[in-house]
Amino acid sequence: MELRVENLTVARGGVPVLEGLDFTLSPGQVLILRGPNGSGKTTLLRTLAGLQPPLTGSVSADPEQITYGAHADGLKATLSVEENLRFWASVHGISDIAPAVDGFNLRGLLERPSANLSAGQKRRLGLARLLVTGRPIWLLDEPTVSLDAASVALFADAVRAHVAGGGSALIATHIDLGLQAETLDVGPFKADVNRPRGDTHRDAYADFDEAFS
Amino acid sequence: MSLWEFANPVKFMALSGKVLPWVIGLCAVTLIPGMIWGFFFTPEAANFGNSVKIIYIHVPSAMMAINIWVMMLVTSLIWIVRRHHVSVRASKAAALIGVTMTVIALITGAIWGQPMWGTYWAWDPRLTSFLILFLFYLGYMALWAAIDNPDTAADLTSVLCIVGSVFAVLSRYAVNFWNQGLHQGASLSLDKEEHVSNVYYQPLLLCIAGFILLFVALVLIRTRTELRLVRLHRLDVRERMKDA
Amino acid sequence: MIALLVRDLRLAMRAGGGFGLGLAFFLIVSTLVPFGVGPEAAILSRIAPGILWVGALLACLLSLDRIFQLDFEDGSLDLLATAPIPMEGIVAVKALAHWLVTGLPLTLAAPVLGTLMNLESPGHYWIFITLLIGTPALSMIGAFGAALTVGLKRGGLLLSLLVLPLYIPTLIFGAEAATRGTAGLSASTPLLMMAGITAGSIALLPFAAAAALRVNLR
Repeated sequence: MELRVENLTVARGGVPVLEGLDFTLSPGQVLILRGPNGSGKTTLLRTLAGLQPPLTGSVSADPEQITYGAHADGLKATLSVEENLRFWASVHGISDIAPAVDGFNLRGLLERPSANLSAGQKRRLGLARLLVTGRPIWLLDEPTVSLDAASVALFADAVRAHVAGGGSALIATHIDLGLQAETLDVGPFKADVNRPRGDTHRDAYADFDEAFS
Repeated sequence: MSLWEFANPVKFMALSGKVLPWVIGLCAVTLIPGMIWGFFFTPEAANFGNSVKIIYIHVPSAMMAINIWVMMLVTSLIWIVRRHHVSVRASKAAALIGVTMTVIALITGAIWGQPMWGTYWAWDPRLTSFLILFLFYLGYMALWAAIDNPDTAADLTSVLCIVGSVFAVLSRYAVNFWNQGLHQGASLSLDKEEHVSNVYYQPLLLCIAGFILLFVALVLIRTRTELRLVRLHRLDVRERMKDA
Repeated sequence: MIALLVRDLRLAMRAGGGFGLGLAFFLIVSTLVPFGVGPEAAILSRIAPGILWVGALLACLLSLDRIFQLDFEDGSLDLLATAPIPMEGIVAVKALAHWLVTGLPLTLAAPVLGTLMNLESPGHYWIFITLLIGTPALSMIGAFGAALTVGLKRGGLLLSLLVLPLYIPTLIFGAEAATRGTAGLSASTPLLMMAGITAGSIALLPFAAAAALRVNLR
């Protein structure tokens, strides 16, 4: 399953932040997304995940093939580690959580309420969720925040195993994960909000600019 | 030339700017003579005295209160289906006028109710329905006020307007059922007004026409303001994005 | 979908889940009303169906903002939105969970609280049956309101302002049916109207609420 992005413009609050994006994420590929804070990486990932519509352009991938790992892990404090994981597994129709538990070294924590986990442990649990979705395309937003070196290595191993099995990953991160990966720098795609747009790039508010010019 | 072209802000601003003075003028030449005729040149009603003359404000404002909600429903649907910015801004503009009309109708009704029924308020189906309509207007406007992003606000208020309309109609039936025929409420109905003698009816028609024109003028002015506000918000966001 | 229902019920039962708060609120309201209107049995028994309905409605309102807000804040809603459950299904399950945690206990408690208000004997049956049919509509309409306000900080007050007018028809038919039934009159018309509102809400509002949620997640 390939993720192909063509001439994509993504917007935050109706204002374009990145434009003219063209890239392909093939099975077995890891793409590292780079760019300074506020450059629109999260907006891009949310658009690709289908959470918000693109301003222009197209994303050719079935949203059912994509899983999105956000800043927030979506954990419930009063549920145990196992309950949290089993919930996401059964939402995605998967019954075996053992690979996810072992992959992120959560075996000893299964009974513990998520409220009593450290930030790094929560993050590991959040990442373990990716393995119980059974989806081939991972879109990850700063996955290594609050992870120690050993956990980062666990995560890198998980990504390696995932792509070896035909999956792919698009990861926004600032650290070197030691993965075989290509890099996509979003800097050159920064949208010029004041550039007059032709009809192909006409955004929803172009009429307003015209009405008052 | 399609009607939809007026939904374009460029066309709308240009056209509404030209039309507005004429609408205001027409409104003045219908509403002012209508009111003067109604208030000073109609005979006093046999049983009610002068108080009956409040119908020249009460009836048109009550009609507009309902019609404006219907207009909001239509413009909200247009926004949901075709995403024309002018449409949803007109809806927001109309709500402000609609709620004012509702309050005017309620207050004039209470003032008129005192000499007629001996009470300012009764839980008569018609009165109650207007009170409920007022609550719906309030909710709609509160949702607009609570959301910062203009597009999000437009989407959510439109959904609320559509769902709210269904429940407003249900409420009307529920209220009728809840207090059926216990009050002399029907004596205030519009049908009755249409049967009052021509002496009262003709100035009333003029006033109704005047109120409709007044609404058109106000909604045009307010929609223009709303479009400017969107533009302002847009420039503001852009400016702040640039700094980042 | 069943997994989501089980999770929501489990969360409600655990510490801080808020289960029972609505019920306690209902009890307090039913206790306060006689203090307000006086202990006269005749007056209390006449207003009991209406008070029980208004009390149940307010108790229901109390927990509405939790339907989506907590999931929105901790990021679960984003993840659920990308999960293989349609958004309409998420709304329906969440409304069902809210009803099981709030509406159903209120329905079961109402006849008991009716005793506190000198409710006449057929009234216990009628208050139970009207709440049983009416409270699902309250949960569903409330879920719609919660979906509209989920992105807002301190949306609770706004939520009440939006939802209460929408509750009016359900309240009128529900309380009317309970009052008529208690008085020994035929209650089938308001009962059927209320059942219609409940059925219509369950069938249509998930779509409106899902649309609102999608807008709020953007």
